[in-house]
Amino acid sequence: MSRYVIKRILMMIVILWCAGFVVFTLTYLTPGDPAMLQLGQEATAEVIAQRRAYLGIDQPYLVQLGRFMVNTFLRFDFGKSWVTNTNTMAELLLRLPRTLIIGLGSMIINVFIGTILGIIAGTHEGKWQDSLVMIIAMVFVSAPDFFVALLLILLFALKLGWLPPYGIETMAGYVLPIISASLGGVAINARQARSAMLEVIRADFVTTARAKGQNEKIVVRKHMLPNAMMPIITGVGGGLSMVVAGTPIIESVFSIPGVGNYLLSGVNQHDYPVIWACVIFFALFSSIAILLTDLCYAFLDPRIKAQYSAGKRKKVK
Amino acid sequence: MANKENEFLSVRNLEVIYRSGGDIVHAVNGVSLELEKGKTLGLVGETGAGKTTIAKSIMRILPDPPAEIRGGEIFLDGEDLLKKDEEAMQKVRGKKAAMIFQDPMTALNPLMTVGDQILEVLLLHNNYSREEGMKKAGEMLEEVGIPAERYREYPHQFSGGMKQRVVIAMALACDPELLLADEPTTALDVTIQAQVLEMMKALADKFRTSMILITHDLGVIANTCDTVAVIYAGRIVEYGKLEDIFDHTSHPYTIGLFDSLPDINVKTDRLKPIAGMPPDPTNLPEGCAFSPRCPYATEECRKKVPESKELTPGHICACFHPQSRS
Repeated sequence: MSRYVIKRILMMIVILWCAGFVVFTLTYLTPGDPAMLQLGQEATAEVIAQRRAYLGIDQPYLVQLGRFMVNTFLRFDFGKSWVTNTNTMAELLLRLPRTLIIGLGSMIINVFIGTILGIIAGTHEGKWQDSLVMIIAMVFVSAPDFFVALLLILLFALKLGWLPPYGIETMAGYVLPIISASLGGVAINARQARSAMLEVIRADFVTTARAKGQNEKIVVRKHMLPNAMMPIITGVGGGLSMVVAGTPIIESVFSIPGVGNYLLSGVNQHDYPVIWACVIFFALFSSIAILLTDLCYAFLDPRIKAQYSAGKRKKVK
Repeated sequence: MANKENEFLSVRNLEVIYRSGGDIVHAVNGVSLELEKGKTLGLVGETGAGKTTIAKSIMRILPDPPAEIRGGEIFLDGEDLLKKDEEAMQKVRGKKAAMIFQDPMTALNPLMTVGDQILEVLLLHNNYSREEGMKKAGEMLEEVGIPAERYREYPHQFSGGMKQRVVIAMALACDPELLLADEPTTALDVTIQAQVLEMMKALADKFRTSMILITHDLGVIANTCDTVAVIYAGRIVEYGKLEDIFDHTSHPYTIGLFDSLPDINVKTDRLKPIAGMPPDPTNLPEGCAFSPRCPYATEECRKKVPESKELTPGHICACFHPQSRS
């Protein structure tokens, strides 16, 4: 098992290299001269050339790439913003808690409410509970989150005045962003949990459990749920890897200075170090989230655990 | 019919349907059976004849919807199971009546150790502490020929035959008085089949368990059963003691079943199947359900459903033209 984890961590390093290579190359290929953009139209060619030399973007592609890779992955130096001249990683980490509150908050809502709704729908297949949940899911998944966010602001902030319309001066400011960010996820989790339940509900081992004289509630909890967990966990893992990427749209609507907004500002101002730092950080976080998900599978399902250690056993023989 | 005093299980006029879309599938159409204590009854018939549905009706574990028990009575030890509420049924299941399922590959929960799955049924019906239960579960494993040390292993670490042994251990764990074995050996290798059957028979004898053995293998019936019921399209067409069915076969369908078995002493080029297909249970033919495939069918057979007639005491045949084949 530990061999498996080490193997996965080594793979993760390679994945981060690839992510770095891809994001650097893409920004390199982006049309537009960052130096000119930052200095404005009036700047003379001389000043712009100076600026380009200062930023190091006058060098050939391979030199720039090499410097970027060495700085990032060997020195762990993510560089300074070209616009504000501040350390990008420090800026990112400063913004991270706000994004995490929204991301984790909405994910917890997604997982709990979504899964519970899905289980209710799955165990009442074809009855009114099922139809109700599926209609709710359909509405949630098709309503764009920025639009829902605006409606929520209109109702709870402007009409009722219960919650602030934007900003995060108080914790109450997080309520609306979390709710608007979670609706789509609730719908997706509910559908996933429902189909997972439907799959196990007719499984033979469930009939076996009933034939033992087991109480229906315990049959659901002890036999159906653990077996339905796999697809649900896949959903959670996917959601977790999205958490830090944040929802730039929601952060914009509510003017929350989070990671999503930081990335957006980097893109708008051609502030490449900001983009690189954000993307590599996202890649790292997603890889960890996916590794944790896979380890969760092994913890839940002895068959997968056996697979993970199978490589080891073969080598011993 | 069997002596009323010895009756342990008695099913009367059981009728079960499945709803699928707008169609009604007539799975079981007025089946009556009796089983004495300690005896074994064999249910034979083609796939889809309603054998499993009868067994699941006795356990009351049919998926509802789509299944619905339309009528009939099921007396187990003098109590009508169809009148019991769910809670009372939970005390019957696993304790008084237990079931062995067809496919051992899917009958066990893949996420629980085999020992814990046996433990589950033990704790449900006994006042054991966890330790006592685990000890007993280990003993049950030994009973079916699996070392108790394998208690903590998972189903995927077992072969098909071993899994079926676990299922059998689970079914017998609480000394059930009635064991419903639904094609317990169909999913297994022929070499393992004999072993598992032998073991089931020995254990059933040891625990004095009455058994209903569902199969489509007449050889298995000949080896294990005291009485036999032949089922066709959800109806019992022939019913009697083992000798009645094997030596005085009367119903054309049963005759067809025996004729379709190849004889090891005669060189045959082709098997002799029963012509035609089993009827569509959503749309059973008028009259005798077997009449479209029956070589002896007459006008009468196509119009009226034949009543069950007692040919000799205890040997019942539902046919207008009972034959005699020996």
